[in-house]
Amino acid sequence: MSNWLNILLYIQIGLCGICMYRIIRGPTIPDRMVAVDIFGILVVGVCAIISIQTERSYILDIGIAWIILSFIGTLTLAKYLTGKKLNE
Amino acid sequence: MNSMISLIFITIGILFNLLGCIGIIRLPDTYNRLQAATKAVTLGCCSILIGVIFHFGLSDAGTKALIAIPILFFGSTVAAHALIRGTYHFGIKLGGKSVKDDYKDAVK
Amino acid sequence: MRYVTVFILSMIFWLMLTFEFKVPNLIVGTVASIITSAVFTRFFIQNVYKLIQPHRYFWFIVYLFVFIWECIKANIDVAYRVLHPAMPIRPGIVKVKTTLKSDLAKMLLANSITMTPGTISVDIIDDYLYIHWIYISSEDPEVYTPIITGAFEKYIKKIIE
Repeated sequence: MSNWLNILLYIQIGLCGICMYRIIRGPTIPDRMVAVDIFGILVVGVCAIISIQTERSYILDIGIAWIILSFIGTLTLAKYLTGKKLNE
Repeated sequence: MNSMISLIFITIGILFNLLGCIGIIRLPDTYNRLQAATKAVTLGCCSILIGVIFHFGLSDAGTKALIAIPILFFGSTVAAHALIRGTYHFGIKLGGKSVKDDYKDAVK
Repeated sequence: MRYVTVFILSMIFWLMLTFEFKVPNLIVGTVASIITSAVFTRFFIQNVYKLIQPHRYFWFIVYLFVFIWECIKANIDVAYRVLHPAMPIRPGIVKVKTTLKSDLAKMLLANSITMTPGTISVDIIDDYLYIHWIYISSEDPEVYTPIITGAFEKYIKKIIE
């Protein structure tokens, strides 16, 4: 049972590695940003699985904070892409 | 029993995440990558969080996972929308297979 | 009245997030909720009495089930396109006219369109939504408008307007 959970955790971390490939390799800037956004969502899944393994609830707090931070970061980067200043 | 259901949900979620990551690698241009990847990965992570709810039941951890689902949904949706709009204004062309572009007239 | 509503909602959110009913926790939550309602009430909806009409919640639950079903169905469709060796995609941006009036309803419609795989809303200009679609099945606006917005628009009209 917990063995299977371990395997799933390693698969999820491997998926983060695939995103890393796209971040390093991606031909244009928006490609890299898409990969960063998806990386942020995958980390939330890692947090959820670790919280089941250790039976602690504060790791889910880390997940919620990570969602909000990655959301704000992506919005800022997207605003930079549209070519406006950040105080408009 | 509950932990069995939660394992099933987590496995389904990781399958969806795998599909999203294959989409990132295979699809040809930025718009299509955003299409396949963002939504499949969001649905997969929501499924993992539902698995967490089944595992913990109605306790503090279960409630936190229940709150995290709508935040994840709305956050990733708005982020995808902002990213695709920024990509278009940055000047990336639609890929070679595209057949139609109505937005070009509206921007100018 | 709107300030009180925002205060109650943020207090409920705080209690769900911390999940303990001791006195110091309640004091911190009250102070945080007062600050939140003082700063953010101007972004809240105008008519708060719409929040206590039960038929809106009924339609919201129906809409939730329709939404989840559409989401799963379309996700399998996108999975097929990604895994297929020849990748049968015909992407493009189409223009869809909506009949919804208020800003909140338009936001909810754009969000639901974005969350069904295969379509992302790029922009909203007046009454038109610009949508990036991964497989354009026809180029006639009469044909593709019901495919994209048809499932959601009538429920959103019942929920919000």
